[in-house]
Amino acid sequence: MRKDIIEIRWHGRGGQGAITAAKIVANAAFVSGYKGVVMAPTFGTERRGAPVFTSLKISKEKIYDLSPITTPDMVVVLDHTLLEEVNVVAGLKEKGLVVLNSPRPVSEYTFDGMTVAVSDVSKHAVEAGLPPGIVNSGIIGAFAKASGLVDIDVLVQAIENEFSGKKPEKNARSARIAYENTADNTADNTAIGGNK
Amino acid sequence: MHIIESGNVAAATGVKLSRAQVIAAYPITPQTPLTEKLSEFVESGELAAEYIPVESEHSAMAVCIAASTAGARAFTATSANGLLYMSEQLHWAVGARLPIVMCVANRGIGAPWTVWNDQQDTISQRDVGWIQIYANDHQQIIDAVIKAFRLAQTVSIPVMVCYDGYLLSHTYMPFEEPAQSSVDSFLPTFAPTHFLDPENPGNFNTVTLPDVRPDVEGVIAPGYIEIRHTLHQDLRAALDTFVEIDREFKKEFGRGGNPLIEEYRCEDADFVAVCIGSLSYQLRDVVDGMRENDVKIGVMGVQMYRPFPDEAIVRALAGKKGVIVFEKALSYGNQGALYADIKSALYKSAERPFIHNYILGLGGREIKTQHLLDALTASCTSPDTFEDAPRWIGLKL
Repeated sequence: MRKDIIEIRWHGRGGQGAITAAKIVANAAFVSGYKGVVMAPTFGTERRGAPVFTSLKISKEKIYDLSPITTPDMVVVLDHTLLEEVNVVAGLKEKGLVVLNSPRPVSEYTFDGMTVAVSDVSKHAVEAGLPPGIVNSGIIGAFAKASGLVDIDVLVQAIENEFSGKKPEKNARSARIAYENTADNTADNTAIGGNK
Repeated sequence: MHIIESGNVAAATGVKLSRAQVIAAYPITPQTPLTEKLSEFVESGELAAEYIPVESEHSAMAVCIAASTAGARAFTATSANGLLYMSEQLHWAVGARLPIVMCVANRGIGAPWTVWNDQQDTISQRDVGWIQIYANDHQQIIDAVIKAFRLAQTVSIPVMVCYDGYLLSHTYMPFEEPAQSSVDSFLPTFAPTHFLDPENPGNFNTVTLPDVRPDVEGVIAPGYIEIRHTLHQDLRAALDTFVEIDREFKKEFGRGGNPLIEEYRCEDADFVAVCIGSLSYQLRDVVDGMRENDVKIGVMGVQMYRPFPDEAIVRALAGKKGVIVFEKALSYGNQGALYADIKSALYKSAERPFIHNYILGLGGREIKTQHLLDALTASCTSPDTFEDAPRWIGLKL
């Protein structure tokens, strides 16, 4: 109903940190002037390894509708193997954005008219010195590059705050490497935000 | 300072800032993260309280009753069947006039089991005598907890702070965390005139007889019915007390001003949607959309449900064309409890609006904006087709 709300759906597996990733983006968006920020995890039946999703809505105005996102502007996928189990683009608005952690090149993905941005976040996280499988900080870098919604420096600060005491520098580095290594399927590689 | 956290963490932070001294709780979804957070605060030394894990909700309230009787600031939290399991102790806590504060993350009641949100749990406990305050977002949760401790010890009546399970308990949004120094100046230390004291022994809540009788000093003491009458009078007076406390809160923190009901675009409205909890905020989007199509409509959230703010509600609704009450609870075999209460309050006013009742969202059934729009449109355009019995929204029969 409200046109001012940007809806971002985060797909991950239980325990992978999709909620933390969405929370970091929520914090960064809030300090960037988005007064309305609502993040709602899937309710009730999470278990480790199972596909889960988290709804993040952001707006310059206060948000009153807490119901889950059904028609996202963007989807962020923390794990490319989810594509076999979940229709991650369900309800995605026309010309929407898919941000994907995958070792495969972006040319291998087509989501019917959608913009697709790919980064091998799992690999970049290890390059940053994180243990294998920690992708929720790195995916934020890919999201920043592809969406252009929130400045990478603000996001990195939010990552360092969230991971305070839990390898903040390495998580921040993971996001920065992913940011520099995100390719999308637009001609000039600017995706929808145009934040080069 | 603004933080982005869940509603449960907002509640826990309010309890920490209020310097609760005894916390007793038993885990139940969706309340559990609240008391987990409190146990972390106690473990880390951020909150100087005794955290007492118990084997049931009945015992949780029993511990709070004992702690409060001994003069400590006591807190617990629960949901759904957990609340009902402590029901007998709820009656005791209010009869003993103990200023306990409890958060309830609203959840549907089994059987059949559901962990998802509706408000049947607390609405079913409306006649216990506890004060019930409902929050619509995280700022209201943390603020209501702080105000609840002040209200409870001012009127010697326990207070429930209720908020929608999952929708608020597990959703993250920004809220302002008040400074400890401001909370300390707003909320004085709990210093009861009577408390369990080994140096000054006394009997509490002994058997009363049907009639009055002389006490040990020969003074005529009230019987059961007088004690209960006093409770009722004090509950009614708590409405004004809460308005005053909210005014002082606003002076200290700059927030508040809607202690009993919270109106949105009601001033010039012909129609007013009414409900309890976060749904009243979701309805704001619907009202905005209908306003664009020239329907003069507003929405009113009931913030304090018990004691019932009938005068404020009548002032807000008398003279309107129509009132549409949405409820996530039901007095089974009759109609929505809030609907019946509002209808009863309006009976004495000269200009009575039509009043409709919708039941929705039970057991966490998603409440779609379109459903709300359709329901309000039907009520505003063809009010004569409605009966007194509630209509149910979103049933898939």
